Amino acid sequence: MREVAVVSSAIHQVKALTLTTDVQLMVPLINEARDAVGLTQADIGFTCSGSSDFLAGQGFSFVQTLDAVGAFPPIAESHVEMDGAFALYEAWVKLQIGEVDIALVYSYGKSSPGSRRDVLAVQLDPYAVAPLWPDAHSVAALQARLLLESGAVTVEELAAIAVRSQRNAVGNPNALRASPDITVDDVLAGAVVADPLRASDLAAEADGGCVVVLAAGDRARDLCERPVWIRGIDHRIDAHGLGVRDLTLAASAALAAGKAAERAGFAADAVDVAELHAASTAQAHVLATAMGLGGTTSGNGVRIDPSGGSLAADTLMAAGLVRIAEAARWVSGGDADRALAHASSGPCLQQNMVCLLEGE
Amino acid sequence: MVTVGSVDPAPLRADLVIEYPFTRTTGPVVGAFMTGLRDGRIVGSRRADGRVFVPPAEVDPETGDAIVDMVEVSSAGVVETWTWVDPPRPGSPWEVPHGLALIRMDGADTPMLHGVLVDSVDDMATGMRVEAVWRDERVGHITDLVGFAPEGTDTKVELAAGETALTVGAAVAGEPVRSIRTPIRLEYDFIPSAAAQEYLRAYADKRILGNRSPVDGAVFVPPRGVDPRHGVEATEMVDLADTGHVGNFCVTHLPIPGRSDLPTPYVSAWIHLDGADIGFLGLVSGCDLDDVRIGMRVRAVWKPDDELGATAENVRYWEPTGEPDVPVEQAGNQAWSAKGSPDA
Amino acid sequence: MGTLGERTAVLGVGQTKYQSTRGDVSIAGLVREAGLRALEDAACTWADIDAVVIGKAPDFFEGLMMPELFLADALGCVGKPILRVHTAGSVGGSTALVAASLIQGRIHRRVLTIGFEKQSESNATWALSLPQPFSVSINAGAGGYFSPIIRRYMARSGAPELIGCMVAFKDRQQALRNPYAHLHQADLTFDQVVEAPMLWDPIRFSETCPSSDGACAMVLGDEAAGDAAEGPVAWVHGTAMRSEANNFPGRDEVSPQASRDCAAEVFDKAGITDPRSEIDVVEMYVPFSWYEPMWLESLGFAERDRGWRMVEDGSTNLDGGDLPVNCSGGVLSSNPIGASGMIRFAEAALQVRGMAGNHQVEGARRAFGHAYGGGAQYFAMWVVGADKP
Repeated sequence: MREVAVVSSAIHQVKALTLTTDVQLMVPLINEARDAVGLTQADIGFTCSGSSDFLAGQGFSFVQTLDAVGAFPPIAESHVEMDGAFALYEAWVKLQIGEVDIALVYSYGKSSPGSRRDVLAVQLDPYAVAPLWPDAHSVAALQARLLLESGAVTVEELAAIAVRSQRNAVGNPNALRASPDITVDDVLAGAVVADPLRASDLAAEADGGCVVVLAAGDRARDLCERPVWIRGIDHRIDAHGLGVRDLTLAASAALAAGKAAERAGFAADAVDVAELHAASTAQAHVLATAMGLGGTTSGNGVRIDPSGGSLAADTLMAAGLVRIAEAARWVSGGDADRALAHASSGPCLQQNMVCLLEGE
Repeated sequence: MVTVGSVDPAPLRADLVIEYPFTRTTGPVVGAFMTGLRDGRIVGSRRADGRVFVPPAEVDPETGDAIVDMVEVSSAGVVETWTWVDPPRPGSPWEVPHGLALIRMDGADTPMLHGVLVDSVDDMATGMRVEAVWRDERVGHITDLVGFAPEGTDTKVELAAGETALTVGAAVAGEPVRSIRTPIRLEYDFIPSAAAQEYLRAYADKRILGNRSPVDGAVFVPPRGVDPRHGVEATEMVDLADTGHVGNFCVTHLPIPGRSDLPTPYVSAWIHLDGADIGFLGLVSGCDLDDVRIGMRVRAVWKPDDELGATAENVRYWEPTGEPDVPVEQAGNQAWSAKGSPDA
Repeated sequence: MGTLGERTAVLGVGQTKYQSTRGDVSIAGLVREAGLRALEDAACTWADIDAVVIGKAPDFFEGLMMPELFLADALGCVGKPILRVHTAGSVGGSTALVAASLIQGRIHRRVLTIGFEKQSESNATWALSLPQPFSVSINAGAGGYFSPIIRRYMARSGAPELIGCMVAFKDRQQALRNPYAHLHQADLTFDQVVEAPMLWDPIRFSETCPSSDGACAMVLGDEAAGDAAEGPVAWVHGTAMRSEANNFPGRDEVSPQASRDCAAEVFDKAGITDPRSEIDVVEMYVPFSWYEPMWLESLGFAERDRGWRMVEDGSTNLDGGDLPVNCSGGVLSSNPIGASGMIRFAEAALQVRGMAGNHQVEGARRAFGHAYGGGAQYFAMWVVGADKP
C-alpha cells in the first residue's frame, strides 16, 4: 500500500447560497486548497468530485461545475453521484496504483433551493416506500425511537450530544449552529420536528463545498509540514430496507471501522478525535457505539466532533468529505496525532465509510 | 465578489418544477405484492429458511440469492417504531397529520412502512396493534392502503373527496399487476447567480452582457462569473453588441418539449456576438433555412418594448444582416485562434 | 509506457437483451440479469465478489436518487463496498475504469461492475432536456448539440454526404449478428437509411441511436484470478480518462483535445504506436453516425480529414474490413445510456476472448473500447488483449 496523505483542504458552509452558483462557490475553494500547497491544476494527476443532480434539479449539473477546476488542458477526472468522501476514496485508490502522485477531490451541495427532507425520499424503495414520501426527518425519527426504546440511550443523553456539538462548534466559521452555553434543558425545550427528534437533534442543513488535496509518499512531505496520512480507509453498505436491518446498530459502520483498523494497525478507540457524519443525535450515538468510540460521552478519551460535527452544519453530498477535512485539520494543526473521520450515505446510516488518519 | 450595477433588493427568481409520472414495471415479486394490495391482501416473500419479508424482498440480503416464494400475511400487526408527521408532506397520500410507522404484520418477520391513522401523537405507541384500512377503489399500489388504524376501532375513515374505506379488502379478479405509476414532483426555488442577475436585468434594457477573463481577456456570454478554462473568477462585465455571426448551426425537425410556439423545422445556431469569444444557442430566422451558413452575420430581433422582461427570451430570434460573411476558418470557435491570442 | 499496478483480467461479461421497454422486470431484476450472466461467465458466485461499482446516467431517468442504495441487496453487496459513478454518457466506460482501479490498486481481487438504464420508466428526451428558467429552450436533445459539430466536420473534410448513412447501415447490419442488440432491422436497405426523415440536419432518424432499457456487467479479477480462469479472459493493457470544459474560446469541438490526449495515453500504456495496424477491432461510442469517421481521426486510427475514407472503402466493416468498428451494432443499435459505455468495453473484451459469437472478428487479439459523454468532453478508453500485457 502506498502512503497517501491529506495535505490541504478548504471548506465553506453557510445556511443558504442564494446568489452563488456551484461553480462560483467552488472556484475560490479549489484555488484555496491548491494554493495552500503551491499547486496548479497542471500538478494534479487525478481529479474526482461528488455531487447530486437532484439537489440542482438539473440532469448533468456536475458538468457545469467542472468549469471551476480549469479543465483545460484536459485533465484525468471522474465523478461519483455520492458524497465527496467516496470521491476521495476513488482518488485514494487511484493513487495506490502508482501512476499519479497528487489528487484533487471536491464536493458541494446546494440543497436550499429545494426541500431537502422531501428530496431524500426519492432515495427509498421506489415501489413500496418512496410513493409514501417519507421525508428524511421522519425516517431518522423512526430510528431514534427504536434507539430510545431499546434502553441504549435516554433523551437527555441525546440532548447532551446536541449540546456537545453546539459548544464544540463555537469558533468554527463553517458551523451553522454554535452556542457556548447551551444546556440539555435548552435542547429539550426546543420544538419537536419529527417525534422524538427536536430541532437540535437534527443536523443543521447547510449549503457549501469542500476540497481536499491528497498526495502520495514523499510528495506529501514536500508539499506540507505535517502530512496527515490515511492509514486505513474502508466503506461498506447494509441492506436497504428499513425493516430488514437493525437500525440501532449501523453494522456497516462497525465493519468498515474494523477493516480500516486492520489496515491502519490501530483501532477507532485509539484516536484522539473523531468526526462523525450523522443526520441526528441518535445516529451520532449509534455510530460512536458501532465504531467503538464509547457511546454518548467521550468515556474512552476520544473527543467526538470537535468541530461540532455534521450536526453543526450538514452540507448534503459534502458532509462526509468535510468530516475528513476537519479531522485532518485537527491533526495537521497539532491538536491530535490520530483521528477518525466517518462518512455516511443512505437512510438511517445504510452506507458508511471510516477513515483512520495519523499525523507525520 | 461580483459588481452589481444597480442594487435591487428582490433577486430574480423562478419556480422550477421537475415532475414526471414515472411508470415502473414491477417484475414478478413486486408485482405479486401490488396484485395483493389490489386484492386487499398483504403479500410477502418467503426465504428458504422460512423468513418472511414484507414488503417482499426480491433478493435475500444475506446471500444475494433470489427469493421467489410469495406468501400472504395478516393485514393486522404491531407498530415497532413510529413518528408523527405534522404537517403531512407534499406529494404524500395524507392530507392531515398522521403517524408514520414500521408495522410488522402477523406472519411477517420484517416490518413495513406506512401511515397510522389516529388523531394525535398521543394516540401513538410502540407495541400498539393496528389493522389495514383499504381504499375502496384499488389499483395495485402502496396507496391502496390508506394506512393503518388501531385494531378494533371503527374504521370508517373519512377520506378526501368523501371517499370511504374498508377494513377488509374484497378480492378483485383480474390480471396480475405488472406496473405501477409513481409520479414524482419536486419544486425548486431557482435563483440565478449574482452575475446572471445582472445579465438578465440588462437584457430588460436590451443590453447583452458578457464576462471578461482576467487571465487572457476572453469574453464569455452568458456571464457565469468564472473563466472555465482557467478556473478563476471573472468579475468584469462588458457590454456586447447585439450583432454577431453564426458560428455553427443545425436545422432541427423535432419539436422541443414545452416549445409548441416553435414550428419545425427551425434553425438553432451558436451565436457568436461581436466582442464575445464563445457562442450561445439561439434561434435563427428571417431567411430560408437553406441560406443559413457558418459565418453568416446576424443581428438580434427583439420583442416589442412592452414585452421585454429580465430574460434572454427578449430576443425572439437572430436574423441575417446581409453583410459579408465571416470566413469559415475564422467563424465560431475558430475565431479565437484566428485572433492570434496567447493560448491559440 | 506500460501500466502500473496489478494486472487486471475480464473474467466474465453479462448483458441483457436491449429493447425499448423491459416491461417484464423491476430495476433490480434488470441489473441482476446482467450481473448473474457475468457471474456465470466468470464461474463466480456473489460470495466471490469483493466490491461492486455501478454506473448510470442521471437519476432523473428512473426517478430514483442514488440507486446503489436501493440496489445493494439485489447486487449481493450487503456487507461489501459499493460505488456509483456518474460521468454523463461516458459513464459505462468510466465505471469499468473505476472497477479496474480497485484491482490495479490491489484493493480487491474480484469486482463486479455494472452499467444500466431503465429509461422507459420516464422518457429520454424529457430527462435530457429538463427546463432551466431564464434561458432559451432551444435544444431538442443530444442530436441538436452534436449535429452542428458534424456539419463542421463535413465541411472541413469534404466527406461525401452519405458517409453517415453508410455507417448507420453498417452498424444496423452488424447488429443482426448480435442477439442482445436492440435494433434488429433485417429488412433495412441502404436507400431506406438515406430516405429516412431528417431530425437535426444533417442527422437523419436512421442515423440516430435508439432509446433502450438494458444492463451490462463484467467481473474483473486480479492476475491470479485471470490465471486460474478455465475459460478465456481478456487482459487490460491500458486505461485512460480525460475531461475538458465544454465551451471555451478556441475549442476544437470536432476532435476535442481531451479525446486526443486520452487516446494517446491509453495507446502509450498499451505499448501501441500504430493503432490502425495493431488494434484488431474497435468498439467506439457512436450515437450519431458521423461520429465514426470523426472518432477514427481523433483517436489516431486515421489522419485528419481522412476518417471518412475508411468508412467508404469498407475498412470498418466486420466482413472484409481491416479495422472492424462496432461489430456489436454499437450505440446506434442499442443505447441504454448508463450502460452503453460499458457495452463498448465489454464487447472489446468479448472479441479478444473469442466469445463474440456471430459478430466475432476472427483472430482478434487486441481490442479498443471507447466511451464519451457530455458535450463531447468526457472520455474513457481501454485496450484489452488476449495475452497478458
